[in-house]
Amino acid sequence: MALPIHATLGERIWHYCFLTICFAIFTFLIFPILIILPLSFNAQPFFSFTSEMLHLQPDAYTTKWYQEFFTSLNWQGAVKNSFIIAFFSTIISTFLGTLAALGLSKPDFPFKTTIMGLLISPMVVPLIISAAGMFFFYSRVGLQGTHVGVILAHAALATPFVVITVTATLTGFDHSLTRAAASLGSAPTYTFFHITVPLIIPGVISGGLFAFITSFDEVVVVLFVGSYNQRTIPWQMFSGIREQISPTIMAVATILIMISVALLVFLELMRRRTERLRGITPH
Amino acid sequence: MADAEAENELITTADGIPLKQALKKALWQRKKTALLLVSPLFLFVMITFLIPIFDMLIRSVDNSIAGEQFPSVVVEIQRWDLDSTEIPDEATFQALFKDFKVGAEQKTISRLGRRLNYEMSGMSGLFRKTARKVKKLEAPESATEAMIAIDKDWGDIETWQLVKRESGKYTNSYYLAAVDAEKLSDGSIAMKAEERQVYVSLFWRTIRLSFTITALTILLGYPIAYLLATLKTKISNMLIILVLLPFWTSLLVRTSSWIALLQKEGVINDILVGIGVIGDDGRLAMIHNETGTIVAMTHILLPFMILPLFSVMKTIPPSWVRAARSMGATPFTAFRRVYLPNTIAGIGAGGILVFILAIGYYITPALVGGTKGTLISNFIAYHVSTSLNWGLAAALGTILLLLVLALYILYDKVVGISNMKLG
Amino acid sequence: MNKLFKQTLLATVAAGVVATAQAETTMVIVSWGGAYTKSQQRAYHQPYMDANPGITIVNDDSASEGASKLRAQVEAGNVTWDLLDAEAPNAITLCDEGLVEEIDFDKDLAPAPDGTPASKDFGKSLISDCFIPQIAYSTTLGYRSDIYDVAPTKMSDVFDLKNFPGKRSLEKRPDPNLEWALIADGVDPKDVYKVLDTKEGVDRAFAKLDTIKDQVIWWTKGSQPMQLLADGEVAFGSAYNGRLFEAIEVNKQPIKMLWDGQALQLDGWVVPKGAPNKAEVMKYLRFATDTQRLADQAKYISYGPLRASSAPMVGKHADLGIEMASHMPTAPENMKGAIFYDFEWWADNKDDLAERFESWLAN
Repeated sequence: MALPIHATLGERIWHYCFLTICFAIFTFLIFPILIILPLSFNAQPFFSFTSEMLHLQPDAYTTKWYQEFFTSLNWQGAVKNSFIIAFFSTIISTFLGTLAALGLSKPDFPFKTTIMGLLISPMVVPLIISAAGMFFFYSRVGLQGTHVGVILAHAALATPFVVITVTATLTGFDHSLTRAAASLGSAPTYTFFHITVPLIIPGVISGGLFAFITSFDEVVVVLFVGSYNQRTIPWQMFSGIREQISPTIMAVATILIMISVALLVFLELMRRRTERLRGITPH
Repeated sequence: MADAEAENELITTADGIPLKQALKKALWQRKKTALLLVSPLFLFVMITFLIPIFDMLIRSVDNSIAGEQFPSVVVEIQRWDLDSTEIPDEATFQALFKDFKVGAEQKTISRLGRRLNYEMSGMSGLFRKTARKVKKLEAPESATEAMIAIDKDWGDIETWQLVKRESGKYTNSYYLAAVDAEKLSDGSIAMKAEERQVYVSLFWRTIRLSFTITALTILLGYPIAYLLATLKTKISNMLIILVLLPFWTSLLVRTSSWIALLQKEGVINDILVGIGVIGDDGRLAMIHNETGTIVAMTHILLPFMILPLFSVMKTIPPSWVRAARSMGATPFTAFRRVYLPNTIAGIGAGGILVFILAIGYYITPALVGGTKGTLISNFIAYHVSTSLNWGLAAALGTILLLLVLALYILYDKVVGISNMKLG
Repeated sequence: MNKLFKQTLLATVAAGVVATAQAETTMVIVSWGGAYTKSQQRAYHQPYMDANPGITIVNDDSASEGASKLRAQVEAGNVTWDLLDAEAPNAITLCDEGLVEEIDFDKDLAPAPDGTPASKDFGKSLISDCFIPQIAYSTTLGYRSDIYDVAPTKMSDVFDLKNFPGKRSLEKRPDPNLEWALIADGVDPKDVYKVLDTKEGVDRAFAKLDTIKDQVIWWTKGSQPMQLLADGEVAFGSAYNGRLFEAIEVNKQPIKMLWDGQALQLDGWVVPKGAPNKAEVMKYLRFATDTQRLADQAKYISYGPLRASSAPMVGKHADLGIEMASHMPTAPENMKGAIFYDFEWWADNKDDLAERFESWLAN
C-alpha cells in the first residue's frame, strides 16, 4: 500500500485524501466506544460532558456510578443471571455445534446445503421473530419465564456461530494426519482425542466465545422468553435507558467494553497459536 | 489392468467381500456417522427453534377461540346466511345466551370480545356489557328480545355477519390487517380507512431505511476493507482491531453511546456549538427520529460489511492491478475495470447480510428511533407484549420472515451458505 | 483438569442447594418506579418487612405495561407477580377477564380506627370487585419557570404553539391527551365523553393533537417527563402530579405546575390470579391499605389517600416538613378545572383507542 516511487502528484494527493477518509471512518467506528469511558465518571447524572469535566476539574469526576452498580440488588441479580445463562448455553451450543460441524465436514454429506441452511437459520431469522415464536411456544410448554427456557433459547441462537467457526477450522484441517495415525495403528477414538481435538481446539474455543458473547449480549429474546427473575445485564441496560438515563449504564458499558477488549486479545492469541501449529506464518 | 475387466474377475478385500460391496458399506458407514454427529444439533434446533417458528405461523391463522368461547353459537350460525337481511333465529339467540352464561361465569367470554374487537370496534364493550347483564339473568323465554334489550347491537346485522365470518377454526383476518385491509360486511375486501393504515407504510419504511443503511455501510466499509486488504499483514492486524472492537462490543453499549452523542444536549451538539457551527438554540435533532436510527444502525452494522468484503479483497492478487497499470490503464480505470468487478461478490455478500440484519432490528430503533424511526419489528414487539394481538404479531412476523427467506435464497445464490465466513 | 472440573461442579451445585435452602418468602410487587415506588417502599414495604423479618419485598417497575404483561403471564401459565399496582380502567378489564382475584373488602381489608368497615371507608372509589383503592393522583401539566416570559395558566396553553413555543412532552397513550384535545378545542368538560363516544369526536381530538404533533416527545415512564424538563429538552409537558411535586419541592428544580385540566385518576392494587404467594399477599394488603399506612404515604408524595378516615391524618412531608394537604390533587383549591375520568368508558374503549393512537403516532 506504500506509494510507489513513480506516483504522480495527482496520485499522491489522492493517496493522502484516501488515508484521511479512512482515518475519519475509523474514528466513526471507535469514537462512540471510547467516549463512554470518560462519561461513566461524570459527577452529574447527565449523558454529556459538563464544562467542569472539560476543564479537568477533579470533583467533576466520580466513581459513584460504579459503586451503584456493584451495590444495587437489581444489577447483582442481572450479573448473576447473565453469567449463569451464558455459561450453560455456551456449553450446550459448543458441544452440539462441534459435533455437527464434525459431521458436516465429512465428505459427501447428503443434503449438505439444506441441513446447513436449517442449522444456520437461527442466525438469519430476524431476532424479533425468533423471540416472538419462542415466546408463544415456550409459553405453551411452560418454559416461559424460566431459566431453562432462556438457556435453551440462547443455545439455539448461539449454535450457528459455533457451527460456522468450527466448520471453517475443519476446512483447513489436514485429513492426511488422521490417515497417518490410522496407518500407524491407532483406533479412531484415540485418533480423535489425541490428533483431531488438539488441532481444532482453537476453532472450538473461538466458536465457544462467539456463543458466550451471543448469549451475554442478547436482549430481545430474554425480554420475551424470560421474566424479571431472569433479568440479564442487557435487560437492565435496556430498561435503564428507556426509563431513567443514569450514568450507571455508562459504568456498566465501560466494564463490558473492557471484557470485549480482553476477549479480542484472547482470540488474537488463539489465532496466532493455530497458525504456529499449522506452520503458517503471516507474510 | 484392462485385462481385469475383460476377465470379469471380482476384486475382493482381504475378508473376501467384493470390493464394490465393501466400498459401499464403508461409504454408508461414514454417512451414518456423519448423520449421527449432526442429528443431536438438528433435533435441538428443531425443538427449540424451528417448531416455535412454526407455532407462530399457526397463530397467524388460528381462530380456535371462536369455537372455544362460542361453542353453541358456532354450530347454530352455520344455518344463517351471510347475505341474509334478517337477524338469526331464536335458536341462535338461545345459543348466544347459553354461551354467554357459561362464559360470563368462567370470566372467559370477554377474550372473544377482544378478539372480535380487532375487526369491528365496539365489540369489546358489547361483550363486557352483555356478560355483566347475562350473569344476573335466568334463561329467558325469548332470548332474542332479552339479548337485544341488553344491547341493541345484537339486533344489528353487521354484528352477526362478523360473528359468522369469524366462526371458523381459521381466519385470514390477521393477514388482511397486516396489509392494512379489512373485510367489509358484504364479504369483499377493501383497504382500511386512511388514518388506520400503518403497516404497508411501515414495511416500506423498514425496507427504505435498511436500504439506506446498507448503502451507507457499503460506502463507508469499502475504503476500510480495501485499506486493510492492501496493507502489510502486521499493520492490518493492528488496524482490524478497530473494526473488531465495535463488533464485539455489546449492542446496547453502542446504542447508549449514540444516545449520549446525538442528544440535543449531547456530545456532538456540544462540540458543534462549541466551535460555533450552530447556535445554542439551533441544536440539531439527531435522535428520536429516522436520523438517529440510520446513524446508529450504520455504525453497528458496519463491521458486518467490512469483514466479508475484507476476506474477498484479500484473495485478489495485487499483481492484477499492477498488470493493468503496466498496460497503460489510469489508476481509476484499473480500479474500475479490474479490481471492482472482483469485489462485487464481497459487496453482494456483505450487502445482503447487512440488509437482512437491518430489517429485523428491534433494539436500536426502539431506543433512538422515536416514533418516526421505528421499524416493523418494533410493531411486532408491540403486538406481542402490549396490545396482545398475537394473531397480528404472528402475521406481521410471517411476512417479515418470508421477505428474509427470499433474501437468504438470493444470498445463497450469490455466495453460498457453506462459504459464510466471519473474518 | 478433569478433577478440577468435577470439584468446581460439585461446589457450584452445593452453593446452589444452600442458597435455596435459606429461602425466605420473596414477594414481587409491581409498581411505577421512581419517586412513587420510593414512597411505597417507605410507607408500606419497609415497615412491613421490619415487622415480618422472613419476608423480602422486591420492586418491579413495569406497572406501565402491567395489564398486558399480566395477561401474557396468565396466558403463558407462569404468573410471577404477587401484587400489581393498577389504574382503575385496567383493574376493571383485568377483573372482567378473570385475571385478578375478587376481594371481600370487609373481610380482607382492615376497618377504620373508629370501626367503620372498609367498604364504607373507601366508599365510591370501589369501582370494581377486584380493585383495592390506594390513592387519587392526577396527570397534569408542568413547565420550566425560566424559559417562558409569560407563564402558561391553563391546560389549553399546551396546544398554543405561538405563545408557548418549543417542544412539549405528553404521555404516550390516548388518555388524557384526547380529553385535553377536545377541551382545548372548545368542548365543555361535562360533555367530553359524550363527544369522544362518536367517531367525529375522536377524529376531532386527533386533529387537534395533530396541530402540535411535531413538537411532542412522548414519555412512557413516570420519571421520563421529569428528566426531559430537568434537561431542558422540553419546556412544557404532562406528568404525574406526585413526580412534579418531587421535582419542584424536593429537588428544587426550576419547574412549576398547573392544576387546571388535571385528569383525576384512581390507583390501587390488584392481586393476580395464580400469584405465587397469595396468602402472604393478603396479609400484606391488610397492613398496607389500612388507615395509617395510606395517610403515611402522603408524607412522601403528594397523592391523596382514598380512605375517608385517612384524609384528616394527612400531615407534613417526612423530610421537608411542609404541609401536604394543599398539594393533594383533591384539595379544594386544586379541583377547579379538574377532569373526572370515566373509568367504565375507558375500560370499554381503551384497547381500540390505543390502537388508533399507535397508528396515528407511526404516520
